[in-house]
Amino acid sequence: MNRPNDIRIGFYVCHCGHNIAAMVDCPAVAQYVGTLPGVVLSRDYKYMCSDPGQELIRQDIREFGLNRVVVASCSPLLHEQTFRSAVEAAGLNPFYFHMVNIREHNSWVHTDRIRATEKARALARAAIERVVHHKPLEIVKVPIHPDVLVVGGGIAGIHAALTLANAGKKVYLVEREPSIGGHMAKFDKTFPTLDCAACILTPKMSEVGSHPNITLWSYSEVVKVDGFVGNYTVQVKRKARYIHEDLCTGCQDCIAHCVYKEPKFEDLFNEGLGKRKPVYIPFPQATPQVVLIDPEVCLNFKRNKNPDGTPIVSDKCKKTCVEACGEKRAIDFTQKDEIREIKVGTILVCTGFKTFDARRVPAYGYGIYPNVYTALEVERLVNASGPTGGEVLLREGKNPDGTPRKPRSIGIIHCVGSRDKKTNLWCSRVCCMYSMKLAHLLKEHTGAEIYNFYIDIRTPGKGYEEFYNKLLEEGTHFIRGRVGEVTDWAMTPEEEGKLVIRVEDTLAGVVRRIPVDMVVLATGLEPQADAPEVRRLFNMSCGGDGWFLERHPKLAPVNTFTDGVFLAGCCQGPKDIPDTVAQAGAAAAEALALIDRGYVEQEPNTAYILEQECSGCKSCLPLCPYTAILFDEGRQKAYINEALCKGCGTCVGSCPSGSIVQKLFEDQEIFSEIAGVLAGEPAPAEPS
Amino acid sequence: MKYAYFPGCSLKGTGRAYEESLVPVLRHLGVELQELEDWNCCGATAYMAVDEGKACAAAARNLALAEQTGLRQMLAPCSACYLVLNKAQHYLNEYPAMRQVVGRALQSVGLQCNGDTVVRHPLDVLVNDIGLEAIRQKVTHPLHGLKVAPYYGCQIVRPYATFDDQANPTSMDRLLEALGATVVRWPLKTKCCGGSLTGTLPEAGLRLSYILLKEARKRGADVIATVCPLCQFNLDSYHPQIAARWEPVRLPTVYFSQLMGLAFGLPAEQTVLHRGMVRFHPPPVPAPAGAEKP
Repeated sequence: MNRPNDIRIGFYVCHCGHNIAAMVDCPAVAQYVGTLPGVVLSRDYKYMCSDPGQELIRQDIREFGLNRVVVASCSPLLHEQTFRSAVEAAGLNPFYFHMVNIREHNSWVHTDRIRATEKARALARAAIERVVHHKPLEIVKVPIHPDVLVVGGGIAGIHAALTLANAGKKVYLVEREPSIGGHMAKFDKTFPTLDCAACILTPKMSEVGSHPNITLWSYSEVVKVDGFVGNYTVQVKRKARYIHEDLCTGCQDCIAHCVYKEPKFEDLFNEGLGKRKPVYIPFPQATPQVVLIDPEVCLNFKRNKNPDGTPIVSDKCKKTCVEACGEKRAIDFTQKDEIREIKVGTILVCTGFKTFDARRVPAYGYGIYPNVYTALEVERLVNASGPTGGEVLLREGKNPDGTPRKPRSIGIIHCVGSRDKKTNLWCSRVCCMYSMKLAHLLKEHTGAEIYNFYIDIRTPGKGYEEFYNKLLEEGTHFIRGRVGEVTDWAMTPEEEGKLVIRVEDTLAGVVRRIPVDMVVLATGLEPQADAPEVRRLFNMSCGGDGWFLERHPKLAPVNTFTDGVFLAGCCQGPKDIPDTVAQAGAAAAEALALIDRGYVEQEPNTAYILEQECSGCKSCLPLCPYTAILFDEGRQKAYINEALCKGCGTCVGSCPSGSIVQKLFEDQEIFSEIAGVLAGEPAPAEPS
Repeated sequence: MKYAYFPGCSLKGTGRAYEESLVPVLRHLGVELQELEDWNCCGATAYMAVDEGKACAAAARNLALAEQTGLRQMLAPCSACYLVLNKAQHYLNEYPAMRQVVGRALQSVGLQCNGDTVVRHPLDVLVNDIGLEAIRQKVTHPLHGLKVAPYYGCQIVRPYATFDDQANPTSMDRLLEALGATVVRWPLKTKCCGGSLTGTLPEAGLRLSYILLKEARKRGADVIATVCPLCQFNLDSYHPQIAARWEPVRLPTVYFSQLMGLAFGLPAEQTVLHRGMVRFHPPPVPAPAGAEKP
């Protein structure tokens, strides 16, 4: 391979404290690399990323006339930019720098110091061979579209959208459900202050509804995302609600006049505890204040569907709703799902969580015994706008006079679907606190004896431990032990007709049977069922547990591995409302920082086509994930729009004539690197 | 369908009603069983607690014999055999030291165990291999009106829940429903029957048997259906002692396979109900839904 003349390489190997030096003999690596052709100087240093470390590079470039720099240290993800800037500050093109990862790829994952040192030498040698062929490249600046897409209208999405909108940015807020509000809208009170969830949430919801900078699309889903940071093209499916949102005034006359005189269908907002009509509004403060029609149960639709799944209008119903709507003409049975395309520069993913399905732990009897409830059901039961108007009435069992019974004793089981090898390993973080909140509310509403069954009480938040103490003073019982089962198997007359909670009280060291009227399961938080699809849609990563992965757990908690896509709220992991709001604010700030800079710098590692070599076969065109490859019909040649190219290399690998070249990954660079890593070395590693 | 078959000692002794009813039922469903030649003790009972190595070697010899049949799948109807064979398989695959000990023991008699025979329970085979639909089609005398308490015992879903839920197994429930029976919902499906405590510590063991019988009767069961020879023995054989200590609970306990034989209309010598100490008198045939119970 031809080799450019007058190559002057500076090589630096970083100890990273003990992170690298404990497993790699850094001085030996430096000494070895110093013997390679083209290397003018070779040093080892304790912390290359420190200011003195960077200064060392700058000084050496000036003093020794270096024209290539290689640093062997951590992952380029962390410090490539640091060193490129240092090199640039000394007047060298930043792409004459190359980074070798001997920490994540070497010292952290190996246990044999001699062989790890050998590997570090090989990796360094590969870089030295490669950097020789580097060319100066220019970073291109691309303008950022100032509009933002916020996906998910729970408290995270609401807060982020308002922050951005108040900063003057135009925001599209897309929510899958008919109303924004998310899980928080279902809660009765919020811990530890016990302020009413609706009272603090609904003002924010209506602000979203009326904000001039926010386009609220509820009952809608993102179906396609194209483009890259600063320039995303997003398709949103607006599901047919059979109501014209702009014509509906939210008067709800149609609901009153529906041919169904009584609500008959499962009301999901109330966790199935209440009923609704085919035309409905999810809850009184729903935003937007627009009704919708459920084609699954509305009499004006046929039960069988079109082959594409869309409902067929039967026109069999008397349509009293249309009559009631009158001149407003908001009801439209012919409405179809609609795809809308928008352009945005940044995306905030705030898609939330789902609660653990308590049926997965059959020993606790949910779905078997009617008086076993999930915590979310109880939130609706104690809520004044809930299905019972805030009265806690049992599903099963009546008083002698035939009225529904109130519980006189209640057991709350913590960690259902959390901290359990059989279901989910993680702590869901909110259950201890919401269990205690529900204990307080249930005591307030019913005067019942309340038992909490816990593994550990976790109250790490402002005012949380104080709340726990308050509960202890209220006389709520706390029994430490994971409940074995909930059963209706009575062993004594007192247990007859009750649910018996069997548990090992690990503080008293006895097995107990505690008979109660009502059992509440503190179900944990889980990733949404469609999290894998959403992850693919926005090109994010998931952890092994299914939660969306932040770019760095400490230092980039709201960023993802895709530039311009940010995370907030429980889609990233279980968290309470204060943390969710804080994270949503952080995500909005990160997006604002990007937008207000006005441009993004594009890595110059884009591909280009050697026109004379291109045979015009078009095989690369459909492969490009960014639709950056275009075809010139006149000349019968493909060409690449470098503003769109993200440097993934797919086309380079697939081109049959080898006519596509990717900057920074040119054949000569790659082959030299391979040759370098395989070259072997003259002297064996010295034991140290 | 053909499976290797490990009967174990119970099915040739106290639990013979299990084998005598299960084999015809499976044959009726087109399943062929090939009994291992020269099988030995599965390794259960006190063996495991005293010397795991010897217990595993005993089990592994049977597994080695099963491998020689080339059938890859072995039926082990007794709960104790099912568990210990699975446990040995698990130990051999997980612990190299155990593999060595057992390997040496087998080598001395010219055998070897690769650990690739799947040990199956009849319920698993019936529900997952044969399928409830095929079973339903064979039902000629549906058990309408018969209230059955399905009793799984402790060993077939714990600790290895290979084919059903650990806390709330349902395969026998579904099977009994396919036979037309009414399944009594009771929370004691997997509670202890007393095990060998009925012999060593009768006060404790019998109490556990009594609780099961009492609760099943309280919930209106006509009969308890079981999958385990020891459970069947405990619930069937100690009625005089239970009556003397607490109260008489004359509730019969049969193998699920006997109920299958009844529903398939198999002859009396294949349902072997006469082997029960508390005799189970099936409802008159054919019994329409809601018919009078015996």
